[in-house]
Amino acid sequence: MTTLATSADDARRVLSTMWTIRRFEEAVDELFARGLLYGTMHLSIGQEASATGACLALRDDDVITSTHRGHGHCIAKGADLGRMMAELLARDNGYCRGRGGSMHIADVTKGNLGANGIVAGGIPIAAGAALAHKLQGTDKVALSFFGDGATSEGAFHESVNLAAIWDLPVVFVCENNHYGMSMSVAEVSRLEKVADRAAGYGIPGVTVDGNDVDAVHKAATEAVAHARSGQGPTLIEAVTYRWKGHSKSDQNLYRTREEIESWRARDPIERFEQAVRKAKSLSEDELKQVRDQARDAVREAVREGQAGPPPSPDLLAAVYAPSEVDARSGGEAR
Amino acid sequence: MTATGTGVETMTFAEAIRAALSLEMEADERVFVLGEDIGVYGGAFGVTTGMLERFGAERIRDTPIAEEAIVGAAVGAALCGMRPVAEMQFSDFTAHAMDQLVNQAAKVHFMLGGATSVPLVLRLPFGSGTGAAAQHSQSQEAWYAHTPGLKVAMPSNPADAKGLLLAAIRDPNPVVFMEHKLLYRSASGPVPAGGDPIPLGVAAVPREGGDLTIVATGIMVSRALAAAEELAAGGVEATVVDPRTLKPLDEATILERVKATGRALLVQEAPRTAGFTAEISARIAESDTLYHLLAPVRRLSGLDAPIPYNPDLEKASVPQVPDIVRAARALLEDG
Repeated sequence: MTTLATSADDARRVLSTMWTIRRFEEAVDELFARGLLYGTMHLSIGQEASATGACLALRDDDVITSTHRGHGHCIAKGADLGRMMAELLARDNGYCRGRGGSMHIADVTKGNLGANGIVAGGIPIAAGAALAHKLQGTDKVALSFFGDGATSEGAFHESVNLAAIWDLPVVFVCENNHYGMSMSVAEVSRLEKVADRAAGYGIPGVTVDGNDVDAVHKAATEAVAHARSGQGPTLIEAVTYRWKGHSKSDQNLYRTREEIESWRARDPIERFEQAVRKAKSLSEDELKQVRDQARDAVREAVREGQAGPPPSPDLLAAVYAPSEVDARSGGEAR
Repeated sequence: MTATGTGVETMTFAEAIRAALSLEMEADERVFVLGEDIGVYGGAFGVTTGMLERFGAERIRDTPIAEEAIVGAAVGAALCGMRPVAEMQFSDFTAHAMDQLVNQAAKVHFMLGGATSVPLVLRLPFGSGTGAAAQHSQSQEAWYAHTPGLKVAMPSNPADAKGLLLAAIRDPNPVVFMEHKLLYRSASGPVPAGGDPIPLGVAAVPREGGDLTIVATGIMVSRALAAAEELAAGGVEATVVDPRTLKPLDEATILERVKATGRALLVQEAPRTAGFTAEISARIAESDTLYHLLAPVRRLSGLDAPIPYNPDLEKASVPQVPDIVRAARALLEDG
């Protein structure tokens, strides 16, 4: 069977993305621990396969919406690591010029419409992006990442239904990491699977092992083809687990050490490396090279971020985009 | 580009809005309209009547009753190169969509570092006077004006409705466009042909007089003008200022006109507390205009109460022409 692990190019690309996400977030964790990062951070360590597998199914001109736990999505959609790290370090060379931070990194040139600080906030936006693609007569697809917690929001229901009735070219990817902050997904729904909700909207729903990059990629590829050919949305549930707490305030009071350890044993990166070894598509040296390159790229990103200048203090000039017909205000509605 | 036309046509407020929508849809294929019952039905207030036949169901897009998805879809489409105009059936229903309006649309340009913006227009039929009671009659402009990143337009007559809507659709930022429901059919007047926008942030002064300055918004402009006529019969001449947009606000014109008469009467339909006229009052007090005042600033607002159903009580809840006349006379007695 052909899988991503059997092709040297695919294997290298997948491992490069997953290791870059892992190393990036480890670096973020460390910078935070050293007091060099402000605010809070939502790390996706342990969930690298869903971001990587889903984005690998997209074209460069397809778009995504992401979440507060979005570093992996940004990296998988091709974000510049230096500008990402500069944003986390609140510098002017960051993606948001130091005004957004971890929860608001976007790169519209790469089709990343943005992480989002509001749970389910990106889902209606993805539906709207897909509507734009349809109205523009293109075959571009939108893919929306969100967590299990977002499926309790009205925005999820309204948007998936809207996309369904209009056959919008959008793929909804629920990264079910089992907890909305501390609330277990089992306690917020009578359904066994998040994907079962798809039936309520009359669209396909599929549950995959979210720690198996191949499984995510395969499901996403099918859903993207379905959307691109005008057949409408799909709900994919990628079952995964976050190793770290929800955010920096998390004491892990709602889950056991044993549970966390059992999921660490299902490390998506280690698992894919084993598959690559088995397929013999990359040598041990080549595997090490991919890891080293990811480490070096993240180190360089930290250097680039730390070297960045502080952001502009002229906040009022940044609130509105300049308007041609806005005569007296010069684009600033004060 | 829309050709600058010549001539003037008489039309209602609703027709003027439809004219602006149609002009922009003809001129710019990125513009489309979405909302509840805007197609065959023509919208709850008939604003989009006939537009489905003219532009088709792709661009005059009926939606489910799902306000958050309507505004969110508009945000996403705007981010991907479209110019959506979303209609809330009643402005009150925006409460369902506040996340997409306030947390998303308003903040994207700033929060994402200026790399992109959200050129959407949210049309809001608002205000009391139709017997629709507390959940279909509110004036919530202060919510939007208080949110950095939103612009807020509130036209008071057909010509301004058309010109301001043209500017709003062409603006790269989210614009909340507030349309008083009573104006749709009752307000009729000359509207310039062609596609010249009225810039956001420029007040109008529809009447000039030396004794006091009435600053009124939305439907209160026509009531202020009617009150001014009554006052004139008694020898009192009022200037009437219509800000037309609350954000950006043409502070210079307001302050200049208040200075000139030394008396300011601020009139709004919205409840008094933390209403937009409180902002205007504060700007008068914070500037050297204060030294020109002959009497304290007076505000005339809706009651700090939900809009009631009973027609007499409904009318009594918001300023009417006689209330404005009385408030103006009291202001003159103050000094």
